[in-house]
Parts: sequence; C-alpha cells; structure tokens
Amino acid sequence: MIAKLILAHPDASRRLGAFLALLLVTAALYLLGVSPDWIGYVLPGSVDWLTQHPSYGRILSAFLIAMILAANWKALQTLSRFQQIVAVWVELFALLMLFFYSFDLSFAFIAKKIGFLITQGVTTTLYISAISIVIATVIALIGAIAKLSRNGVVYGLATFYTSLFRGLPLLMQIYIIYLGLPQVGYVIGAVPAGILALSLCYGAYMTEIFRAGIESISRGQREGATALGLSPSQTMVLVILPQAMRVIIPPTGNQFIAMLKDSSLVSVVGVWEIMYLARTQGQTEFRHIEMLITASMIYWALSICLEYIQARVEERFGRFNVR
Amino acid sequence: MPTDIDAPEILMRNVHKWYGIYHALNDISLAVAPRERVVICGPSGSGKSTLIRCVNRLEAHQGGEIIVGGIELDGDERKAEAVRRDVGMVFQQFNLFPHLTILENCTLAPMWVKKMPRKEANEIAMHFLERVRIPEQANKYPGQLSGGQQQRVAIARALCMSPRVMLFDEPTSALDPEMVKEVLDTMVELAREGMTMICVTHEMGFARQVADRVIFMDQGRIVEEAHPQEFFAHPKSERASLFLSQLLH
Ligand SMILES: Nc1ncnc2c1ncn2[C@@H]1O[C@H](COP(=O)(O)OP(=O)(O)O)[C@@H](O)[C@H]1O
Ligand SMILES: [Mg+2]
Repeated sequence: MIAKLILAHPDASRRLGAFLALLLVTAALYLLGVSPDWIGYVLPGSVDWLTQHPSYGRILSAFLIAMILAANWKALQTLSRFQQIVAVWVELFALLMLFFYSFDLSFAFIAKKIGFLITQGVTTTLYISAISIVIATVIALIGAIAKLSRNGVVYGLATFYTSLFRGLPLLMQIYIIYLGLPQVGYVIGAVPAGILALSLCYGAYMTEIFRAGIESISRGQREGATALGLSPSQTMVLVILPQAMRVIIPPTGNQFIAMLKDSSLVSVVGVWEIMYLARTQGQTEFRHIEMLITASMIYWALSICLEYIQARVEERFGRFNVR
Repeated sequence: MPTDIDAPEILMRNVHKWYGIYHALNDISLAVAPRERVVICGPSGSGKSTLIRCVNRLEAHQGGEIIVGGIELDGDERKAEAVRRDVGMVFQQFNLFPHLTILENCTLAPMWVKKMPRKEANEIAMHFLERVRIPEQANKYPGQLSGGQQQRVAIARALCMSPRVMLFDEPTSALDPEMVKEVLDTMVELAREGMTMICVTHEMGFARQVADRVIFMDQGRIVEEAHPQEFFAHPKSERASLFLSQLLH
C-alpha cells in the first residue's frame, strides 16, 4: 500500500522523506543536548531571547544545525566525485581543528616544543618501528615455515610462541622483558627491550599473515619448481615467496602502521619517543593537552605517509597479475 | 650412470602406494627402455597421475623399488633431486610461474640448479622457445598467453634442463579443443627425436602415432599392456574395451 503510494507520487514522497530525515536529525541533535550558545555568537541580538527560553533555544539550535547539514549535503551533491572527497576531508578536518581550538590551547607552547618532538620523538619512534618491523618480518617468515612443517617439535615451538605473544598484552610484554630479563642476569637497555617486545609481539601476529600468504600459493607451483630440480629452499625463495608477497604486503603494511602507534607503549620504560616526550614536556608547564594533541597529529601524519607508501608498494607487486 | 647399455631408463618393481588406507598403486611393475614412448590411459582415479608422480618422487612410494637412470629412489632427498634434474615433467595445469616472464620461467632452473651463467641460459631458453614456436612471447608473462601457448612454454621450460626422460600428465586435458593440436604436434616432434617419454593421455591419435606401448590402468593396477595397434583393435580385458567404447563416443 505504502509502496504503491510512493510509486504513484515519486516527487512528493522524496520531499516527504527528506523532511522526515531532517526531523530525525533535529531530534537526534536535540537529544544529544546541543547547546544554543553558538546562535548568540552569530546573532548577538538573540542573546536575550535565548536566555529567556533555553529549551526553545535548544530546539532552534538543533534545527538550524540540521538545516546547515542538509544544505551542505545538497551543495556537495553538485560536485564531482573527486571534489566531494576533498570537500568532505577539508570540512571534517576544519571541524576537528575547531574541536581542538575549543580547548583554548597555547599555540605558543606547541610552537616551542614541536621541533624537539619531531627531531627527537619522531626519529626515535620511526627507527624503533622500522627495526622492529624488520625483525618481526624475519621472525614471521621463520614462524610461518615452522607452522607449515610436518615436524611436530618445530610445529609445537611455533604454535607456543604465537599463542604466548598474541595472548599477552603488549604492555605486559614490555614490562616483562625490561624488568624480567635482568632477573636472569641479562641486563637490557630500554630501547632494545622495546624493540624486542615489539618484534616478538608483531612477529607472532605476522606469522599468521605469512603462513596464510604461503598457503595461498597453489600446490602446483611448488610441484612445478620441485619437478625442475629446485631444492625446497630455492622453491620457497624463488617461486613461493615472490607470489605470496602480493597476499602478505597489504596486511603487513597495516601491521607496520599499527606498530608505529603501539610503539608509544615503550614510553613506559622511558624511551624518548613521541609519546614519552609528549607526556614529559607537557608536565613541566602543565600543558598536557597541548602535547597530547600535537603527538596525536604527528602519529596521524606518519600513518598517512605510510599508507601512501604501502599503496605504492602494492602497485609494484601487483604487476604480474594479468590473468 | 647406468653401465649396461640396455638398462631400462625407468624401472619399477612391485611398487605399492597408499594414501591413508586407500591403495592407489597396487603391485606396479614397469620397465621403460631408453628412447621408448609409453602412453598410459585408464579411467579417472585409476592411479595414472600417481604412477608418473612416483617416477620423479613428487609422491613417495611405500613398497617395491623405483630406479630412474640408475638411481634408486629410496627416500634420500639428494637422490630424488638428482633424478629430477634428468626428468622433465609437464602438468595438466601448466604450473608456469606467473611472476616470471616466459624467458625467466625457462632460465630459472638452468641458472639455479645447474648454475649456468645467465647468457648461456638465455640462449638455451630462446633455442627451445623457437622449437615450440613462441620465441616472440619471451618477454611476456604467462597470464598473457593462451592455454596452448602456456603448455608449449611448459614443455620448453622442461627441455631447457636437457632431460633424458619427459613425463606428461594429461597435457592437453585443460586446453580448449582448438589448442590441443599445437601441443600434440610439439610432443610428436619430441618423440620423433628419440626422447624417452611417459605420457598420460586420452588422445588416442597421439598414442597410435608415436607410442611403442600402451598401458591401461584400473584401480591402481596395470590391467593391460600392448602395442597401440593391438590395444585399440583388440583390447584383451573387458574393462579396457568398456573404457575404449566410452572414449569413442
Ligand atoms: N594426495 C592425495 N591424497 C589422497 N588421495 C589421493 C591423493 N592423490 C590422489 N588420490 C587418490 O588416488 C587415486 C588415484 O589418483 P590419480 O593418480 O590422480 O588418478 P588418475 O590420474 O588416474 O585420475 C584417486 O582415487 C585419488 O582420489
Ligand atoms: Mg590424473
């Protein structure tokens, strides 16, 4: 019945739908409790009315925001796809900045500290992450081959390792390595401890990625190489891995980006990476939020760079896929 | 190296193979002389692939003995690798390496197994690509070639290792009908040049043309062994006549 009505009056139903959507958004905004204060800033003359009728003010505020959203949506529809993407990014970024701005930050303080955060913090974070991802990759490769082994001892070792290091929180692993190894007579610095913990933890996760990648290559490839006389290790390096890389690289890139952010956990043992500096630099002048927001933005920027690099690398390895 | 001139290139004596409890090869005895061409046929699941995959030890047998080119396949991995250097294999699904060009597919094993310099390996590869009549595709990737072309590359790739024996496992079964002939022609040429061959195939024209012997398998056993003319005209076993009558329709 309703369907019939909609089909009979397409224009009317579309307008009705849009109106209902507008009402819904208004209601949602009202229930979220948007404040009417901003109307006072935009229209100074309305301040009196707003103070007299606070609840009407809230309804009005919610309705106006809903209208602005709708107008924005309409305007975006007239753009090309690419322009839409850019516009959405710019708008949301502006909103995010507005959100930060509302904290009443001291930009002078940020400007004073950001240089140190980048020269000291970013370099440390990047090199800890880079070394860790390289070691984790090697561990993952060994782990994956061990997990595919028919030898029970080797398989047992691999599964125990992945189970343990995937099962413990990374923060715990960092503490255990940094505080535990000296107990057995092996004193370890904060940076090596952080690298070791990140490598072992991510190596365990990436073992699964590598195993899945190697298993995704059909048995025929291994047999073709074996029949030509290649040894098992030649088969792995020359035939299986180059093909498995297509499957392995995208999730490995994600792991690297995740590791970059998880490396902030090694700040607990006093490594001077971004997170540690953000906390300690902020403490001296009670400007915590400034430093935390700056650090967050630095992590975000680094992630964006890495995502870009990852896309390039994927293109490179997708080259022979012309089936 | 076999000292006896008449020693068979491939010798299987009372070979048994099980997959779990499934008896895939049951008391197989077979001798293939140098330059001999053997065609193996039989219903699906009769153990044809298993048999020829035991010859280069892609599968391990569990009873009896297999001796290839004087080397016994007894579980020693080095012996198996030595046998594989002298035995080429062509698969139903080609098994070309999709990340390497046609030329790189052909030079991989000569360069890494025989430690041949790249220049020499390239020359040999081009020689065999010319013989299978696709030298112009050398720098393309396997995915860019038709099925028939891919299978001819697979043959050339195997020949680059200058094998003494070639094994074919249904090389034309995955091809579109119009491409079967180009692959069979290549195989006929190879047979004419005196290559020792074992071919699993249901191409009876090919069997008639080049085979010295046809072996019919059923349920993991060799049921019948005869000259092709004899086998096609007067199959001795009921199972073989049934199989041939189905094939003709
Ligand atoms: N890897 C394997 N594991 C278990 N059974 C197998 C395996 N390979 C083959 N078989 C079984 O062995 C029998 C013979 O297989 P195969 O030699 O491939 O037959 P054919 O090539 O004659 O069609 C079939 O019943 C098949 O199911
Ligand atoms: Mg088969």
